[in-house]
Amino acid sequence: MARIFAYIVHKGGVADDSAAELAAAAKKIDANASPVAVVAGWGSELDSVCESLCTSYGEVWKVANQALAYPNAELIRKALVNILPGGSIVLVPHAHFGIDLSPGLSIKLNSAFVSDVLGIEGVDGTHLKLVRQEFGGQVSAHVNCDTSSGAVLNLRPGAFKPQEVAPLNGVVVDKSAEVGALTAGRRYLETVVAEAGDVDITKHAVLVSVGRGIQEKDNIAIAQELADAMGAAVSCSRPVVDAKWLPKSRQVGSSGQTVKPKVYMACGISGSFQHLAGIKGNPFIIAINKNPKAPFFQVADVGVVADILDFLPELTNKIREAKGASV
Amino acid sequence: MEILVCVRRVPDTSENEIQLNSAGNDIERDDLVYSINEPDNYAVEEALQIAAKAGGNVTVVTVGGEDDEEVLRREMAMGANHGVLISDDAFGGSDGRGIATILKAFVQKGHYDLILTGIQAEDGGAQVGGMLAALLDYPFASLVNAITVLDGGKLKVSREIEGGNREMNEIDLPCVLSIQTGINEPRYVGMRGIRQVASVEIPTFGASDLGVDTGTVGEAGAKVKRVDYFVPALGKGAEILQGSQEQIIDKLIELMKAKGGLN
Repeated sequence: MARIFAYIVHKGGVADDSAAELAAAAKKIDANASPVAVVAGWGSELDSVCESLCTSYGEVWKVANQALAYPNAELIRKALVNILPGGSIVLVPHAHFGIDLSPGLSIKLNSAFVSDVLGIEGVDGTHLKLVRQEFGGQVSAHVNCDTSSGAVLNLRPGAFKPQEVAPLNGVVVDKSAEVGALTAGRRYLETVVAEAGDVDITKHAVLVSVGRGIQEKDNIAIAQELADAMGAAVSCSRPVVDAKWLPKSRQVGSSGQTVKPKVYMACGISGSFQHLAGIKGNPFIIAINKNPKAPFFQVADVGVVADILDFLPELTNKIREAKGASV
Repeated sequence: MEILVCVRRVPDTSENEIQLNSAGNDIERDDLVYSINEPDNYAVEEALQIAAKAGGNVTVVTVGGEDDEEVLRREMAMGANHGVLISDDAFGGSDGRGIATILKAFVQKGHYDLILTGIQAEDGGAQVGGMLAALLDYPFASLVNAITVLDGGKLKVSREIEGGNREMNEIDLPCVLSIQTGINEPRYVGMRGIRQVASVEIPTFGASDLGVDTGTVGEAGAKVKRVDYFVPALGKGAEILQGSQEQIIDKLIELMKAKGGLN
């Protein structure tokens, strides 16, 4: 079996949660695998990440280079191509860095690439049977990946549950001398932090969240009226922000806000994993969607199959009546 | 600036419920409504805006069949100067690397300063742009949500990273960028605009025109192959409320009261 490498994303001297997930995924490819963690960066932060990984990986490859103080995918690709043995299987978390790195890395390693992998169902010689989703999660697909010349697999964050394993006593191997000269046609300038919005959706206990099903900007008022009646705030999914119907600060998801409400009412939102990734703290989830196959129904506590444009105004009226009656 | 935008025609998930066919090995493709892949449409709009400011032409290209011409015409109706169809029986079954290999051959027949793709298509691949860049040895940035043209053959690009934050980069031309939705507001295309480009000749290139080795693309060259589609066994799933709308609302209000959803 090919050697398996796990690319570790880290920030501020701390490894990303995906580090343990990649280790679990490696065991699904080969139960006897002893995957190698690869960590690129610079300075004391890099050292602390490497140290912390020694309990979950038997071998940690450290790639220290001042040019890697910020993770520039092009530079890291060049470093990896120089240090990884041919035919390797490389696991990378499918987030903004992995999306930047992995397709090009697979070309330079002359290996297969599969993005956003949710499951590893079987191994047949050098072929892996992988599970992915298509059409925004409405259907899943089995994919056959020929790893005979290696593979780069981007794994969906959260899809592989970290396993309980006895702590390892891993060693850090310094690979810094092997990376060669690092220059890139793309240079990092700065990170611009998101602006605070008019409403801080992360502070609200109840959210009425709207998606593409709200259909047009004027209909946002329907959700706002319901939210007012409930004592809630209005949040949304990505298509609503893309269409400029609500500001970015109202967006729930991996590229928006992470919220921890008590109750989350998803109205006309299909439920992509990027959106679901922004909902934490195990809220009571109500999904309302006219498509009975909307993926949100799989994760919600309660579902209503209805057109939100009919349903929400009725619900608002009833809540107002109910509140009026109790005053 | 000469700009190439790689686009794709896909089943429109906002118009279709995607279901399995009766054999269970594919999605039900009868009666599907197709449209331009949404992120690709943003990429074309961005290209048009850059060309309007910096000068130059916008070419849209797709790898596919005759049916895919309709999305090229749609993007030409938006304002793209040229549409190109790359089509060959030998290209069927290509994986991401195969498509990138075909596009690389096309790119090398012309001269483009900037190549744009949408961030991903309906299969969530998010791969062709990064592969194409690596094959061409051009710099690449994914998840791009703002572009500014700088002097000296460079761009300033913003990438969407976690939590709504933006990573700012300087990138040398020529380069490949994969465009995130929401970067702009794509212009409306009316029937009239589509009619105006209905009879424009769309050049078509095959494997031999592009000098593509057919052993490296299509089914033959694919290291990654979709085996089948399936709907996973559901977990617990939501309790779907049943009854009249009034009954459903009553039940929902009761539940919300219990869970702290009414304040």
